[in-house]
Parts: sequence; C-alpha cells; structure tokens
Amino acid sequence: MKTLSRRRFLKGTLHGGVVTLGLPLLDVFLNDNGTAFADGTPIPTRFGTWSWGLGMSESIFVPKATGAGFDLPEEIAALAPVQDHINLYTNFHVFKDDAPNLCHHSGWVVLRSGIAPMTRENRPGETIDVAVARQLGNATRFRSLSATATGDVRDSFSYEGGNSVNAPEWSPLRFYQRLFGEDFQDPNAETFTPDPKVMVRKSALTAVQEQATKLEKEVGAADRERLDQYFTGLRDLERRFDLQLTKPDPREACVVLDAPLDLPTGLDADLVSKRHRMMTDLMLMAVACDQTRVFNMFYASAFSATTKPGYDKPHHTATHEEAVDAELGYQPNTSWYTRRAMEEWAYYVNALASFKEGDGNLLDNAFIYATTDQSFAKIHAIDGIPMFSAGTAGGRVKTGLHIDGAGSPGCRLGFTAQRLMGLDIESWGDKSNNTSSEIGEILV
Amino acid sequence: MYTSHSKIRSALIGSFCCVALLGCEQQSVESLEPADSGSLVRTRLLTDTQYSNTITHIFGADISESVLPPIPPMERTDGLLASGAAFVGVTSDQISQIQLAAARIAEQVVDQEHRDFLIPCRPESLTTADSACAGLFLSETGRLLLRRPLTEAHLAELVDVADYAASETEDFYNGLALALEAILISPEFVFILETAEADPEQAGRERLDNYSLASRLSFFLWNSPPDDALLVAAENGELHTRDGLERQVDRLLSSDRLQDGIRSFFDDMLAFDEFDSLAKDPIVYPMVTGTTLEHAREQTLRTIIDHLLVQEADYRDLFTTRKTFMSMQLATVYGTATGEGWVPFEFDDDSQRIGLLTHVSFLAANSHPVRSSPTLRGKALRERFLCQKVPDPPPNVDFSALEEAEHAATARERLEVHNSNPSCAGCHLITDPMGLSLENFDGAGIFRQTENGAVLDIAGELDGIFYDDIGGLASAMRDHPKLSACLVNRLYAYGTGGPVSLRYDRDTLSWFEDRFVAENHRLRALLRDLVLSQAFSSVRPIDSGENVNIAAN
Repeated sequence: MKTLSRRRFLKGTLHGGVVTLGLPLLDVFLNDNGTAFADGTPIPTRFGTWSWGLGMSESIFVPKATGAGFDLPEEIAALAPVQDHINLYTNFHVFKDDAPNLCHHSGWVVLRSGIAPMTRENRPGETIDVAVARQLGNATRFRSLSATATGDVRDSFSYEGGNSVNAPEWSPLRFYQRLFGEDFQDPNAETFTPDPKVMVRKSALTAVQEQATKLEKEVGAADRERLDQYFTGLRDLERRFDLQLTKPDPREACVVLDAPLDLPTGLDADLVSKRHRMMTDLMLMAVACDQTRVFNMFYASAFSATTKPGYDKPHHTATHEEAVDAELGYQPNTSWYTRRAMEEWAYYVNALASFKEGDGNLLDNAFIYATTDQSFAKIHAIDGIPMFSAGTAGGRVKTGLHIDGAGSPGCRLGFTAQRLMGLDIESWGDKSNNTSSEIGEILV
Repeated sequence: MYTSHSKIRSALIGSFCCVALLGCEQQSVESLEPADSGSLVRTRLLTDTQYSNTITHIFGADISESVLPPIPPMERTDGLLASGAAFVGVTSDQISQIQLAAARIAEQVVDQEHRDFLIPCRPESLTTADSACAGLFLSETGRLLLRRPLTEAHLAELVDVADYAASETEDFYNGLALALEAILISPEFVFILETAEADPEQAGRERLDNYSLASRLSFFLWNSPPDDALLVAAENGELHTRDGLERQVDRLLSSDRLQDGIRSFFDDMLAFDEFDSLAKDPIVYPMVTGTTLEHAREQTLRTIIDHLLVQEADYRDLFTTRKTFMSMQLATVYGTATGEGWVPFEFDDDSQRIGLLTHVSFLAANSHPVRSSPTLRGKALRERFLCQKVPDPPPNVDFSALEEAEHAATARERLEVHNSNPSCAGCHLITDPMGLSLENFDGAGIFRQTENGAVLDIAGELDGIFYDDIGGLASAMRDHPKLSACLVNRLYAYGTGGPVSLRYDRDTLSWFEDRFVAENHRLRALLRDLVLSQAFSSVRPIDSGENVNIAAN
C-alpha cells in the first residue's frame, strides 16, 4: 500500500539518522536568479507589491521630465531620499473594454490580474503575486505573505482565484507570532535539530490526502475545484515539512526583533502610518530571514477611508467632495492624504534598502510593484494610472527613472515584472490590457 | 400543482395544520408547502465561529480560545457572510494556518492538564503505541469532529498514524496528537460536506443523508456541530421520520445553544463584522472607544435575543421597542446612568431612542469615522432589514455640486445640493429620506438637537409612509411589507447554507412568510417551520451554472 511504503521509507530514514533529506525541494533553488553571498550561496530574487489608495493629483504628482534625474513635484517630494531606488510610471492606461467602470475596483483588479472585472463581486482569477509565488515561493516557509496597514482582515489584493483570498496579516502582534513563533527556524542558529514530530507529521499527511481524495467523487464540479485547491494546499504543507527538516542557510541580515505591542483599530493617518511601519519592519525581517520571497504590503484600500485629524472627510469622501482649489489647482486635503501615502512608500523602499545582503542590500535582489486604484479619483478616472517599481531584481533593472507610457497598457509593468521573475509567459492581460511588450527602458 | 404525495408530507408539517389532507389549499393560512420545494446540497467552509464553537464543545473553551480560528474572511453573498462559505476557497497559505491551529489544539488535548478528562482511556505505557486506546479516542472524537462515524478503514488509518508516531517519538500522547492533527486538517473537518441520497418516499427525488441533515440542523440552530444525541438520532435514521425529527428539533430549540446560534445569525445579518475594524475619530468623539463600540454590538444582540427568544415577542416590535440592555460604557453615550455589568433598561416614552435603528450599533456602524451619513444609514436599513439592493453610484457621477455644499450646516442641506443633479437624485431618494430621519444621532450615535447650530428636520418618508418624527420611522419600518419576507429570506439562506434562488425558492419563501405572519411573527415558530419543512431536507436538482462561485470570473 502506498501509505505504508511511504511510512516505511520515512521510518527507515529516521532510524538511520539521516535527517537532511535529498528531497525534490532542492530543485526549486535552481529557479532562482541572482548574485551570490560571500560564500557563494546564490542570493534569491524577491518580488513584492505595495498599494496605496485613490491615485494622485496629476498636476503636482507627475514630473515634468522623464528619464533619469526627474523632478519631484510637491505631492511626491517625500520620495527624494529613495528616488534612486525607484521608477515612476505615468501615462499608462487601464482598459475596461466592454466591462463597466467599477469605481475603485477596475483599476487595481486590472493591474493585479490583467483582467477587467465585470461586477464588483468579480475578483481577479489569480493575482500577479500568486503567479510569481509559484515560481519563487517554493524554497521558503511561506510561499508568500500579505500584510495590511489598515487593521482590516478584508483588505487584500492577493487572490489565488475568484473565491480564494490570501488574507492579510492585520495585527502586528499576530504577524510577529506567525513569523517568529515556535515554528521559526533561525537561519543563523548554530545548531540544527530537526523535530522528529515533523517526520511523522509528513506521514500523517499522506493519510489525510488519501482519505480526502475519496471525497472528490461525492461533490459537484464547482466544489470539486475547491477540494482540488485544498489538496494543492496539503501538498504545499508537505513541502513546508520538508523545509523544516532541512538546515536553513545563514542570512546575515536576519535578526529576530522583539515582539511588538498591538495597536488599536482605526484609520487615523498617524495610526495607519505607525501600523504600516510596524508591519513593514516585520515583513522585511521575514524576507531578510528568508521566510518568504514574495510579499504584499497594503498601505490603504481602494476606497481608502484613512482620516485626517480634525477634518471631517475620510480620504475617499474627500476625493469626491473636496473642490479643486482654484489657486492651487488641486484638492489640498486629498493631496494631504496622497502625500502621507508617498511618505509611507518612501519608508518602505528605504527599509528595503537598509537590509544588508551580500555586497548590497535587499533592493538589489528584489523587484517591487506598486499600484493604486484610480488616477484622478474625483471622477473615477483609470486613464493615466500611476505606478511605481523599486529595486533592480539582481541588477537587471535600471532605477531612478520616470517613464511615460504614452497611453500603453499599465499591464506592461506587471508583464515585465513577471518576466523578470522568471515566468515563461509570452503576454499578459485580457483584451486591450493584453500586452507582450516589456517596458524596455528600465531593462539593463 | 401539488402532488398528493407531497400533500401528505407537507400537511404533516407544523403543529396546527388541518387534519383533512385533501383540500388544505383552500384554507388561506393552512396552505401546503410547494411540492417541489427543496434546497441545494452545499459544501461549506466552517466559519470562524463554527470552528471555535466546535473546538469549545468538544475540547473546552480554554483550548478553543488559545487559537485564532484559521478561517479566511468570507465574501458577503446576498447579504450574508455565511452564504459566502458555500463558495470560498482555501489558499495554500490558509491551509498552513489550519495546520498550525490543528497542531496547537492537538498538543493541548493530550497535555497533562487535559488528557485525563478528554481521553477516555489510559495507555498501557506512556512510551509505546497502544492501538486500543488510540482507537477508542479517535473513533469517539473523530465522530464528533467529522460529524459522522468514521469508517473502519478510516479509523484504522488514523490508528496506524497514531501508532507509528508513538513508536517513532516514543510517546503515546505524541502519537495521539499527530493523529488528531490529521483529523483537524482534513477537508471533511474544515468543510461541511453535504451528501444526498435517494428519497425512498418520493421516487426520483433526493434528500440529505442522515448526517448531512444533522449537521444542517445543528449549524443552523446552534452554529455548532451536532452533539452526541443528534448523531445517535442520525445513526438510527430518526431524522427521516416525522416523530424523530420533531423530537430532535424540539430538543435543539429548547437548548441554551439556540441563543448562540441565533446570535450568530443576527450578527451576520446585521453585518456586525464591521465592528471588527470600526473606529471613531477620537478628536470628534472622545467618549467613543473600541470598548464602547464592542458594547454597542453586544447591546443590540442582547436586545434581539431577549426579545425573540426569551420574551418570545413579535419580530416587528424590535423596531419599536424601547427595551434594551445597558452597560456603564454605553450609558455615557446614551446620556443616562446605569449600574455595573449588563442590566435590562428601558428608554423613556419621550426618548428619541426607539427600536433597533436608534441603537448606537446601527447608527455608528453606518456612519463615517468623523460624521453621520444619512445615505449609509438608509442603505443599511434597506439592505440589512428589507433585503433590497441599493445600486452603486455611477462612475461618471458629477460631484461638483457637492463642493459648493461644503459649508452647508446640515446633512439635509448638503444632500439637497447633491440631489439637484437628477442622476444622483434617483438613488439618493431610495436611501436619504429615511436616513435623514436619524440625523438627531451623530456619527457615533450620540443624540444631538442641532447640527452646526441648525435645528434638524427629521420628517421623512419610507415607501409611501410619511412621518414627522423618529417614532414615525420606527412604525413605518415595523409595518413595512418587506420586513418579514426579508427575515425569512435570510434565515432560509443561512439555514440551507447558501443564497436563495428567486427562480426556485420564491414560492417556498412566500409559504414560510405566510406561516410566519399567521404565527404572529414569532421566531421560534418560524425556525421550527423551516427545519421541519421539506425544503430543508429535500434536495432539489441543480440548475446548470447555478452553484458556481458567483464571485468568480
């Protein structure tokens, strides 16, 4: 019987004292590109996303100059310290074709999944981070991680399928416990003792899988898909158990932090900023400790309800109800919110740059894709939706550039990102969002 | 038309149906359940509360509270998160969390503190396998967790896991924990998988099998898995006999767990999950803290449970009752005094607080963090209690008029400016007239006579009923023709595990509604009708494309 032979195999292995199994997981390392640590160990490539809400005030957001050394208009002035690490993409379009323009929904859905949604309930089939995680995520404890600064578990732009959200971590304390709790294996620990329970856990998993397969016959097609997905998850567990039996490579930038204190709920901009920085610090430490290579940070939701102390309109309400100041040429309070978002984007990029890795830092081996839901939120515009990237993906991307997309699909950046991450795709996106054209200006 | 067979089935339903089986349809109240009524077989993910309740009832509250339920957020589907459970998928990341929770639970079940009362036997030796003891524990606990007895082969497999693990780790309890963990990560535990069987009483039709029906009953009424007695009844085939089913239903309805179940239902129907992330601007509303908001949610749930299950009062009167419960934290917001803990409380007759719509929970949850919102309140009133759908604003909406309303003193003035635009006015007429009637309550639900110094005009209209004050809105709501139908719709969806189909369920729903009206809008009677109906246990064929994930591409 398959179960028994598997169990006998494991039993023999355990008794024989060989604990670092030559399991197929090592194959996945071969997928990684990148330079090497000092000792020759390859540095893995990472993919991250970041999101902010409600677009921009075009007149004070879009630089006059393109290319290197672009000017920083006042709404993005906070990016000065990180300008060399990022690229800004403007004048790229999101196309809805025959789908309706679903306010604050179509924009992010297209940029993350390549497909214009037909209804508000309609989710992307699979978001870009999930596709990349299949490529990069197999060698780490978490295939991907998502966290939100909003404190709301419903805020995620990461979907395995239309009905399967990767729920974000929303509480700093809980996130910490998940990352550095008892299952954490410190890559820099001097000793490594595999837990014999993990071996037997693997064996138990085989029993679960076999029993569960019988269920598939009993359910309808739609539910069968959900069960199939469950089995995929169980197989992924097996992969994780294998990892737990393998001594992790040392990571010089990995230093386990003290547990954070939790924060109250609420969307006051200062509180959101504090939460964003706590979640960012935890997330990036998880990356530095090689717990994940794919990570999503969510600063604000599409209908961002961040509030400004003493001002009666949350961000989303302000975008619609605040007048464009005739003298300034923009909505001052709405812009205040966007500026706060840009301060946080700068924090995030700077935090990545602060982790030393090999001869450089985390950004040298990462590509971060940052998107929003509208361009000019007041009128729900999705034309000219701004995007950012950060990092050089192992020296393969030029940074410090402002790229004018000349009305081409915003999906080009997602397509470029996936190619950089090693996905063998010819094109990406549906209908008018479909593209097979990388953004060549940023490629080395 | 009704078949004579279903006449027999249906006429037996309910405590006061006419004795004569033929000719019942001539009687207005005693009409028969539609012959073709039935519901779909569903595969539902356990909700977070169902997960916690399961662990609490089987292993104890201390173990349940030590883990966060590893369940992803559900997509609210046709008004209910519970209906989203029929479509949600589980990502790999979520399964790793399910495994971690399983390991934590299993570890505690076998630890020194718990093993003596959770495990029905002691092993021969602590350091070796003991198939007999493992088998006893796994078969008893597995049956409760999986909500049906384990097959012999399945049990043997689990015992094999336990024995192998015990011998590898030289610890009997480690082995047991690992086998228990295997149960807790299995899809049969995490999903409530319903199965159908041929209905021997109706040729060509299917019904839920015994155990599926047991789960459906207990998750509906208790929001918990079947207990031992219900599983025994399922095992004996009692749930497919009239007497047996009634006996179990009456037992479930008289259990204390009913309150937990009904509380979960209303928490879902009222979208109280909003409170998990709700906060008010501390500068504008310094007295409204996270605790205040938690208490606001609790106040409304206590009011509902007391009114419907303890007092057994008319559902509609929830919208006009002045009776509620008060805590010290809430008393500040309500501008009243109270003692320690939760105490029954009644607002004065001349108070502006009358019915659920004037509870802080409804008012604060349907406002902005810094101000009230007649539109959000009107929308919630329609969607939550009347099951109506308020459309999204059009994408090309022109907000320029609103900019000029920046300095309007009241919401009414602001919205009047807004509604000078005909494309806005259409939808805002659906929500604002009743929302504006609640303007005496600010964004945190605190009473105010004026807004920015201006006296508030709270006269309004709800679907043709005009009124001058808050009592008028409360009465219009209480007597709204959609109020009862909406409760029936949501309870039916919640009970049968997925959204209703207007095509297939309309007649059945209207039949339940007629009975609810005839029973003077008493919840217990409606619950009893629902679970004893043919619709609840009989399976209707699936229409192509119907049960696909409505949220998917």
